[in-house]
Amino acid sequence: MKILVCITKTPDTTTKVQFTDNNTKFAEDGVQWIINPYDEWYALVRALELKESGAASEVHLISVGGADVEPIMRKALALGGEQAIRVNAEGADTYNTAAQIAEYAKANSYDLVLAGKESIDYNNGSVPAMVAEFLGAQFVPNATKLDLNGSSLNLEREIDGGKESLTVALPAVISCQKGMAEARIPNMRGIMAARTKPLTVVDATAAENLVETTSYELPPAKSGVRLIDADNVQELVDLLHNEAKVI
Amino acid sequence: MVLVFAEQQNGKFKKATFEAISYGAQLASKQDTECAAVVLGLVDNPSQLATYGAEKIMHAGVAELNNFNSKNYTDAIAKAIETSGANTIIFSDNVTARGIAPRLSVRLKAGMVSGAIALPADDGAIKKSVFSGKAFAHVNIKTDKKIICVTPNSVGIVENQKAGLVENLEVSVSDNSISNQTLNTVSGDTIPLGEAELVVSGGRGLKGPENWGILEDLASSIGATLACSRPVADSDWRPHHEHVGQTGGTIRPNLYIAVGISGAIQHLAGVNSSKTIVVINKDPEAPFFKAADYGIVGDAFEIVPKLTAALKEFKTSQSN
Ligand SMILES: Cc1cc2nc3c(=O)[nH]c(=O)nc-3n(C[C@H](O)[C@H](O)[C@H](O)COP(=O)(O)OP(=O)(O)OC[C@H]3O[C@@H](n4cnc5c(N)ncnc54)[C@H](O)[C@@H]3O)c2cc1C
Ligand SMILES: Nc1ncnc2c1ncn2[C@@H]1O[C@H](COP(=O)(O)O)[C@@H](O)[C@H]1O
Repeated sequence: MKILVCITKTPDTTTKVQFTDNNTKFAEDGVQWIINPYDEWYALVRALELKESGAASEVHLISVGGADVEPIMRKALALGGEQAIRVNAEGADTYNTAAQIAEYAKANSYDLVLAGKESIDYNNGSVPAMVAEFLGAQFVPNATKLDLNGSSLNLEREIDGGKESLTVALPAVISCQKGMAEARIPNMRGIMAARTKPLTVVDATAAENLVETTSYELPPAKSGVRLIDADNVQELVDLLHNEAKVI
Repeated sequence: MVLVFAEQQNGKFKKATFEAISYGAQLASKQDTECAAVVLGLVDNPSQLATYGAEKIMHAGVAELNNFNSKNYTDAIAKAIETSGANTIIFSDNVTARGIAPRLSVRLKAGMVSGAIALPADDGAIKKSVFSGKAFAHVNIKTDKKIICVTPNSVGIVENQKAGLVENLEVSVSDNSISNQTLNTVSGDTIPLGEAELVVSGGRGLKGPENWGILEDLASSIGATLACSRPVADSDWRPHHEHVGQTGGTIRPNLYIAVGISGAIQHLAGVNSSKTIVVINKDPEAPFFKAADYGIVGDAFEIVPKLTAALKEFKTSQSN
């Protein structure tokens, strides 16, 4: 039972989002990079729990990117996993990224591929299902619970207005979100061990980008809050009705 | 041809589905072509989609398709694309779309954009929200076939009556690797958070789950859906699906009322696309006031019940 966990890097959540080069590039200067929270808190930690319980035999991490993703891969290895693979490709769109992950996964036969629900920077939520299609594997989005039961998975996921439980036969690709595990903090032993764990760089396979971002824009600034006296909630009701026209 | 995946739940279409059809119909008319819809599973009234601009409705009315299965859904929609010759496919961007649209993107080698909030501009670029609403990107799809997933509440519903001929779509449902599905839907009459136009949200300022009654009353006075900040969900005061922000749901309602929430950058990311933001907080320095349209400085436990009463009175006066 081998698990591959897909890891991507994202700017720290406190980053002030700005753009350069005439609004065509995200301003990376001074940005702290973190492991995408969905990948770290849920996909990776759940995979590690399965390993610890003996249900899974191996947990490998994969990230598609340039050498600049290696620091977050080491951080991920500090939490656990035997080895990490970096597919050396920069500027890949979701299709291209998924093609790279699938290529590696196919050649190394994993039973389960776990990914985050979405990257918190570009919010695509596309890579996991694309990987599944490249692999011809089943896919379930936004799982909140995952348990192994022989050669199948017991899952829960949120649907509009409720929950669904389902059983899925392996091999499968699952995207993970809140509920699946509790975030962990790496300990000193983990950090030391991560330094010597194998981080293999593999060449990218030929794949193209299907989309291209031409520019970025920031939302217009709010014009300033209008404060209403706590003793005059009626004024708020009037404003919501007559000015904002939302009720 | 523009083809819209018209999602249904328990035999009924949701508001977001009508938005997606409206989007598809407007795009089709821009491109001088027609809009068709594809419906999977048993539904009450497929021809209803004609109201929003569906010229043709391709219906695969087999019961197996009432259960989510990413492979079977993708196969069925691929069949509809092939039959209709569609080159643009529209989804409402939700969890179901995220299980199908990317698969189709790979299968058809069609570039896709999720989180779209507007029709393509004249140069074809599609505006989508990024950084959970902290910014927007303009994305060009380079392939002839295109897939666009439209964020709920970002484009309106537009009535535009078309023929809406319902055709049977023959599909073979071949995958059975997903089983034992059980659905637990919470009470039927609350609108799912992603689609809600009015949202009342609570933070740690409410002190504990036992105090949520005042927010429930406020929400029900205007038919709003409840949301919360992350620590509230993390402490199990409220269910996880109510958590909004950069690591929870991203929403864009018409009205977002934040009670006892400080307005941390990660929280704002998920909600600052709301059209109107009202903040109730006892700390005049709370960062949320900078992102608000209207604010009341004071104790939520005093203000919220008064606001609820005033809103109830307003609602009653409206219905008379
Ligand atoms: C990686 C990361 C991701 C995160 N993602 C999210 C996310 O997705 N969503 C999210 O919400 N947070 C997220 N956070 C947490 C975020 O940084 C804040 O800690 C959190 O939003 C604070 O929640 P709060 O406003 O409810 O609580 P607090 O910050 O404790 O604020 C409580 C507020 O209530 C007010 N208050 C107290 N008593 C009263 C009263 N009687 N009446 C009126 N007002 C009162 C106080 O003045 C205060 O402003 C994330 C953090 C990190 C590090
Ligand atoms: N460059 C990448 N390398 C490895 N995994 C990735 C990469 N990009 C995205 N993923 C995975 O796919 C998930 C969804 O990303 P996205 O489709 O970009 O929103 C992430 O949470 C990761 O698990």
